[in-house]
Amino acid sequence: MMKSKADEEDYWNSSKYNAFTFDDADDELSAVRPEPEPESKRARTGSGSVYGTKTETKLLKLKETKKAVNRIGPLLAEDGEEDWERVSWSGEPVGSISWSVKELAASNQRADREPAFPKISTETPSLSKSQSGISLSSLFKGKPKGGNLQTFNDGESDERTILGDSSLRLYTPELRKPKSEYKDLISDWSAEETVQRLQQGKVSDPAAGAQRADQNQNQNQNLPVCVPQGVTLEKFRSLQDKLLLLDLAVAAHDGNAITAVLIYLKRTLCKGLSLRRFCCRWLNVTFSPFGFFCSEVLFRELESRQTALRHFIHYLTENREQRLLLELLRALGRTEEAALLQYKDYKNIADENKRRDFLKSCLSLQFGGEDGNHVQDHYTLLERQIIIEAADRKAEREGKLEVFQKFPRKASILNMPLITTLYYCCFYHYNESEGTFSSPLNVRQTFKISEKQYFTTALAARAKLKNWTDVDAMFNSRNWLGFSKKKSPLSFQRVVDILQKNSAPTQVLQEYVGLVSDAELRIGLAQKHKCHDIVINTYRDMKDRQQLAEYRKKVERGSAEEQKIDELLSNQ
Amino acid sequence: MAHSARRDSPELPDLSLLKRLVRDQLIYLLEQLPGKKDLFIDSDLMSPLDRIANVSTLKQHEVDKLYKVEHKPIVSISDQICFLIRPRIQTVKWICDVVNADKAVGKFRRYKIIFTPQKFYACEAVLEEQGVFGDVTTDEWAFYLLPLDEDIISLELPEFFRDNFLAGDQRWVRTAGSALHLLHSLFGPFSKVYGIGRCSKMTYESWREQVEQGEQKARHAEIGNVFLIDRDVDFVTPLCSQVVYEGLVDDIFRIKCGCVEFGPEVTSSDKSIKVMLNSQDKVFNEIRNEHFSNVFGFLSQKARNLQTAYDKRRGMDIQQMKTFVSEELKGLKQEHRLLSLHISASESIMKKKTKQDFQELLKTEHCLLEGFEIRECISFIEEHINRQISMIESLRLLCLLSVTENGLLPKDFKSLKAQYLQSYGADHLLTFSNLRQLGLLVEQQPGETLTVMESKVGKLVNDRAAVKLTDAFSSLAKKSHFRALSKKLNLIPKSEEDYDLRVPRDMAYIFSGAYIPLSCKIIEQVLERDGWTGLEEVTRLINGHEFAVTGADPKSKSDARRIILVMFLGGCTFSEISALRFLGKEKGYKFIVVTTAITNSSRLLEALLDNNI
Repeated sequence: MMKSKADEEDYWNSSKYNAFTFDDADDELSAVRPEPEPESKRARTGSGSVYGTKTETKLLKLKETKKAVNRIGPLLAEDGEEDWERVSWSGEPVGSISWSVKELAASNQRADREPAFPKISTETPSLSKSQSGISLSSLFKGKPKGGNLQTFNDGESDERTILGDSSLRLYTPELRKPKSEYKDLISDWSAEETVQRLQQGKVSDPAAGAQRADQNQNQNQNLPVCVPQGVTLEKFRSLQDKLLLLDLAVAAHDGNAITAVLIYLKRTLCKGLSLRRFCCRWLNVTFSPFGFFCSEVLFRELESRQTALRHFIHYLTENREQRLLLELLRALGRTEEAALLQYKDYKNIADENKRRDFLKSCLSLQFGGEDGNHVQDHYTLLERQIIIEAADRKAEREGKLEVFQKFPRKASILNMPLITTLYYCCFYHYNESEGTFSSPLNVRQTFKISEKQYFTTALAARAKLKNWTDVDAMFNSRNWLGFSKKKSPLSFQRVVDILQKNSAPTQVLQEYVGLVSDAELRIGLAQKHKCHDIVINTYRDMKDRQQLAEYRKKVERGSAEEQKIDELLSNQ
Repeated sequence: MAHSARRDSPELPDLSLLKRLVRDQLIYLLEQLPGKKDLFIDSDLMSPLDRIANVSTLKQHEVDKLYKVEHKPIVSISDQICFLIRPRIQTVKWICDVVNADKAVGKFRRYKIIFTPQKFYACEAVLEEQGVFGDVTTDEWAFYLLPLDEDIISLELPEFFRDNFLAGDQRWVRTAGSALHLLHSLFGPFSKVYGIGRCSKMTYESWREQVEQGEQKARHAEIGNVFLIDRDVDFVTPLCSQVVYEGLVDDIFRIKCGCVEFGPEVTSSDKSIKVMLNSQDKVFNEIRNEHFSNVFGFLSQKARNLQTAYDKRRGMDIQQMKTFVSEELKGLKQEHRLLSLHISASESIMKKKTKQDFQELLKTEHCLLEGFEIRECISFIEEHINRQISMIESLRLLCLLSVTENGLLPKDFKSLKAQYLQSYGADHLLTFSNLRQLGLLVEQQPGETLTVMESKVGKLVNDRAAVKLTDAFSSLAKKSHFRALSKKLNLIPKSEEDYDLRVPRDMAYIFSGAYIPLSCKIIEQVLERDGWTGLEEVTRLINGHEFAVTGADPKSKSDARRIILVMFLGGCTFSEISALRFLGKEKGYKFIVVTTAITNSSRLLEALLDNNI
């Protein structure tokens, strides 16, 4: 039996129980969650997260469900209607809404069925609307709406299905009929009316329903449930009529209606395509994407109808009709888009060798701008990664190279971006001669990597290895006089940043902090990284006694730094 | 907040009504399939559904087991299956597979698909093509609007943005129109509708038609004015880093359907916590619109107050203590918990932001907004890319550069694109193609359209004048639309130094005083002028499609006139909502924001990556 309402309140207000969430991984955790509003607080009669996170298995979810249900067991009444009517889960003072909803449905049936279809009994309700939708199926097949059951299951010889369908119907009573039911039967709509119906077809009258529901579930009102209405496009057979339909749909700004008309046009205008594909398969020849078949009709008309065209492209994309889409783009002369679309297919190829070959085949496509070069690079990179991967895997297994044992590879280098590959090469193959595929210098040259980019990557890689000699060597620029001062294509501030992120020791950092030219910035960095000498020297050069004295407090008592500051301060 | 705030703001209508309506409708639909049934729910419908119903609601209507739609063979043994899904072709195809698999083994079940918020012909066409039309009944659940808070309503349709603006598919226009219609019939009649953008115009039309077709009962208006705005009117604002608390939390932790999950780094345990973030959370409600720099001060003040309240216990006698425990303690404890949660969240934000050189990033953004030191900005972005720091962040900066500068110089475009592909992978070719199509990341065209103009003008005047004209045109061409708009609308406040973020003087405070969000500024201007008069230049730069329509019945109460429904088509950010709340306080309005989804820079750009189709 139900607990009293007071108990229920208590249950929900005490924080040891949890609010319900659909996407809650761990229901313990939602305890803190404040309730969005008092009304919904009452509504949370059930408890426990039943849905689990997305990643969790269904099994786990089921378990959770059980757990959750068990926990709320005492609160939940037996399934009996009377019991849960008193639950008042919605916070409504009235009786069960579902009960009233049922009543509503029943009353609607009684009220509405009579005038629309007076001759049909409740046992065999109006068939035309049983599918509760704008039955495109029937209309595209050219069946008149409101026919008998067989009309709907045309093509379905399975008797069981038909029976199932009719039994379902009993459970989905219609609420009300479109006022224009009779007209629907003779399917005598003009293009304008058809488009209008296409638009309305799916649309319930949410507002009207809402308002009614607003009036405290008055049982004699209609519910906000959609009114299925039939539309037939079949009678628009001439191209002109079809295009008129399309233009009207576009003018109505209803994407759904536009797509509906386009699907109709596609079905009635491009039969040639599938036939042609069939022939190609039969003759075992490659299907030529350059069309000279009847889809041309549709394509030609779409060209001057940009809005419809975009809908068509989107529909084909969503429906994964790649071939037709490519054909369309080519017919429209949008070769660059077509090329990208074809290139994109590489993502569906898992095997790296097949992927590489596919990329190679893409090189002949007509890309726009620099894209062709980028695809070329993509191909070259993958080709190279395959070689490096094979060699390194072998080297790692054989255990000959120390670096692979000290820093085992965490993942394969296949399909990584170029810079990641460069980093990898700087990490494992830094000192290789320029002739090998894995040499960083070779990678740099092949892919025309900028000096700054190369420097940044190499620096990070060598710092990661804590190879400070290599790091140091990177900054030494030679001129004809021999070694000169340290140079970097990257600001020293950034250099310090990279080194620090790779946990460089203070003495290494110090060297580069000292090279930051801006004094303020230098002091800031030096303080951050505890490079005392630099701070002291900078203040000395700035002749800032006050700051120096201030800084004295920050260094360790009796340290060399303190001594140095004391010396400086007493010198002047 | 601001000292000049008006205190006579009107009361907001009760939006929870919307929840009750959809819940009732869902129940009705479930009862259309009597008997025990298993329910499969689209994963992105779970959170929205959670906000309006719960398990026991479903159980009461004989839902046996709940599953998530996973596009895999199902394990359900129930003989009735109900699918609650968004109208997507791929999901329907999966359902067809399920049905056909059952048929193949001779298993008989009843299937029902509930599409929400509506069904599409394309989905039904799939049912027909796959030979299951007739085996499956379909229905619609008109779940258009989910109130996330007392002044935020979401359509929870993140795909609206990509479908409408990138693909140019208008399937959601009618949906938006219906959503507006629902609000109109519940809280209207509206007396004035303003709007800007192509989609706004179409939505308005769709709404108007629906109003004409339906009957409207005379009622007292609770919402007087409506403003419709397309996301593509202003891409700059959602591309900026958010620095108001709620926006920052969204940027870092991602608020989902008004709920955020704080990970172990915030909870300082090994568990995560889910927290509802809305006006019911008293602590959050006071800091959500604050610039982040004020949040710490506020929280510590709050902590002190709390301590004082706790301290009252001392020296109480038993009776007093009893009253204290029964009346105050629970509230204090709740506040305590929330307070510590927001403090740790702020700490975590601070940690994350210092790690990624947030100051430098903000400086770059501000320079871009001001059009100042662009070369330095470009090299900052370049370094960002070179170091392979966050792929989305780099893309965001590139887009911000392009949108504010009206495209990149061909040389820069070529080099940055090449480096981007090198750092993050060649497959971003497709991302770049999408961004170009949307106009978010483009190459400056060396005056293509101008040449046509020039040659026309050139024919009319002599050569010398033509040369002069060409100069004039090319200087015009270099001027970005954003710069011109920014100048026209004073989006960049002068003298950034003395901007007191604690006492904001305008909406720029949401971006540290550096920039007034364009979208909100337009709304402010139009409301002030009661139309678009005087904003002709602005609308021309935005590419038009503006409108202002007065309804037939302007007799509504003056209070309703000051409640303004702002509908963002394509998403809006929390920062924009904060800015509107500020504007409302200043001018004595109350805004209700309706958005197709809450967005931010990451969501905006992720929608344009090419891995989701």
